[in-house]
This record gives sequence, structure tokens and C-alpha cells, in this order.
Amino acid sequence: MYVIVVGGGKVGYYLTKELLEQGHEALVIERNAERVDHIVEDLGNVALKGDGCEVATLQEAGVARCDVLVAVTGDDEDNLVSCQLGKNHFGVPRTIARVNNPENERIMRTLGIDVTVSATTILMSMIEHEMPRRALLHLLAIQRMGVEIVEAVLNAGARAVGKSIGGLVLPPESSIAVVIRGGTFLIPSGSLVLQEGDEVIALCRPQQEADLRNALLGPS
Amino acid sequence: MLPDGNARREEEGMKIIVMGCGRVGGRLANMLDSEGHEVTVIDRNAASFRRLREGFSGTTVLGTGIDEDVLRRAGAEEADVFVATTEGDNRNLMSAQIAQKVFNVPTVIARTYDPGRSEIYEKLGLKTYCPTLVGARLLHEMILGK
Repeated sequence: MYVIVVGGGKVGYYLTKELLEQGHEALVIERNAERVDHIVEDLGNVALKGDGCEVATLQEAGVARCDVLVAVTGDDEDNLVSCQLGKNHFGVPRTIARVNNPENERIMRTLGIDVTVSATTILMSMIEHEMPRRALLHLLAIQRMGVEIVEAVLNAGARAVGKSIGGLVLPPESSIAVVIRGGTFLIPSGSLVLQEGDEVIALCRPQQEADLRNALLGPS
Repeated sequence: MLPDGNARREEEGMKIIVMGCGRVGGRLANMLDSEGHEVTVIDRNAASFRRLREGFSGTTVLGTGIDEDVLRRAGAEEADVFVATTEGDNRNLMSAQIAQKVFNVPTVIARTYDPGRSEIYEKLGLKTYCPTLVGARLLHEMILGK
């Protein structure tokens, strides 16, 4: 495969190195002359000095025959434009953009980029996976009535797992509205036993939120 | 009979977002503001707003236009026009596309210095303004007369 990498920073450098080691053809486009020299010194003649958002530079890099274009600079707008030029003007089959602001992932896909990679999103999902959710999710507040509708996901170790709804000690003015299990909803009778993975939707007064969380998920 | 869209716009002024309060963006914002349009200016540097005229009645928003939240805060959902005039071609092209594709702003213009990029994005359905081409053409005319 021929892969063009736009951006010769740390990500671009190691990506190119890996690609070469796996027997692919790779070329880095980098604006900074010093970085280009450094890459050429370490990896051989696989770096082109120039702006990967310019048509002429991409042409010089042979973009028309490349299989994948990966844009990994530190600027989302540059990565977007490189990929769009590659895809829409030169017909590159697959474009991949590094995304710095996680919110731009959805936007980039809307604007035609095939794959987006956000280190922030990946790290966040790993952290969330590692940590049991100890918070209630606010779904809706009915201000006039002074009532909130909240959701709790019962992860392993949550206090309510294995207990029947009738056996829970809930704050006085709160009630469980519905339990979602495996994509269907269950009407919460007193004998329903809660399981790991259940999503519990409940109503409570704002001032009782901490007690409700404690009853369902355990101390935070 | 209700006035049609254009007539109403002319009466009430349009909602226009100008991204980048540099020499061009600032001047444009002042012109539109004095003509009674509802102007919002976005810039990531608060000091740039000094270019706005005394008595400027529009709104300023601090931030970058390639951020969806910033565009929403600037009122992109109701805007009639979005113009990107920052120094960065790619920033202008990205924010203009967000305005066009995410917020469905009817008129979107991106300043693009690079004629190559300007031409390609025009083909992709984005209105661009290329100072390089306009300037070169003007100089050419001035030199050769007519």
C-alpha cells in the first residue's frame, strides 16, 4: 500500500516508521525543514517538505496513486482540508484524520472524512470504562413541580444490584419509574430484583438526589 | 400579503456572522452594522474587537469558528449569512463548511488566499473569495490600463 502521512510530528513520525517496517510505501509531508531533515536522517528519503493542504505539494507526493491519506497534524482544520482535497479532488480511496477537539469527530464525518481518530475520545472512553459510574444522569427537570427525572446505570458493585425494589430504602419523596434491561423496559413491581447493567429511571426532589444515589449506587 | 423573504430581510436587516475581526473582517462588520444589519463578530483574540467602530451595535463572541459551540453561541442557527475572513485558509474553509452543513446557513463565504484551494472548494459548492486572484487581476488592469 502507498500511504501519505500529512504532518511529521511525533504521531506522523512513528506512524511512518511502523508503516515502513511493515513493508508499506509511505511518505510524510511536513512544513518544517528541520523536522524533514530529522525524518530523512532516521527513516531514509521518505519526507517531503511542503504544505499538505496545497494541491501542488499533494501532486508532488503522488497523491493520485495513494491508497490511504492520513492527516495527523495538531490542527483539525488542516487535517480536514488535506483529507478533503485528497478525497474530493484526487479521489483517494480512504482518508483518515486525527481530531484534536473530540466534538469535531462528528463534523469531520459529516464533511466526508472516512475515519476520524481522537486521542481524547479514546482516553475518555477507557477512563469511563475503568471507573464505575457513580453519578446520576439528569434526564429532565420539571421545575414547576420541583421534581427531577434521573437515570442510574447499575454497574458491578452498585448497591442496588441483587436487591428487590421493595427492599430498597429510598428517600421519602422519590420513586422508581421504570427499569430498562436488555433493550426492553420493566414496570418496577416491589418484587423485581435489580441486576447488573440495569438502567434505573427515577423521580426525586433535587435535594434528595444524594440520598437516592446512595441507595442505588452506594457511597460516591 | 406577507412580504417575501428578501423584502422582509431588507426591511429588518439580515443576521450576519463575520468570523475574524482583522482589517477586512472589522471593516466589513462596521459597514454592515452602520447599514442596520444584525452583525455578530467572532475572533479568538479579544484585542481585535478594537477595530469595531464606536457605537457598534452588534455582538462580539470570543472563540474560534471551527468550534460548533462557538458558532451556536454566535447565533448560527438563525443566521442569514456567514463570512469567514481569518488569516487561515483552512480555518475559513472548515468553519464555513460547519455553517453550511451543520447549521444550514443560506449564504456562506470563505476567504481563501490559495487560488488552488479556492477553485476546488468552489467546485464542492462553497462560495469563496480569493484576494490573491482579485488583487492580481486588479494590478494587471492598473498596469495595462482599461
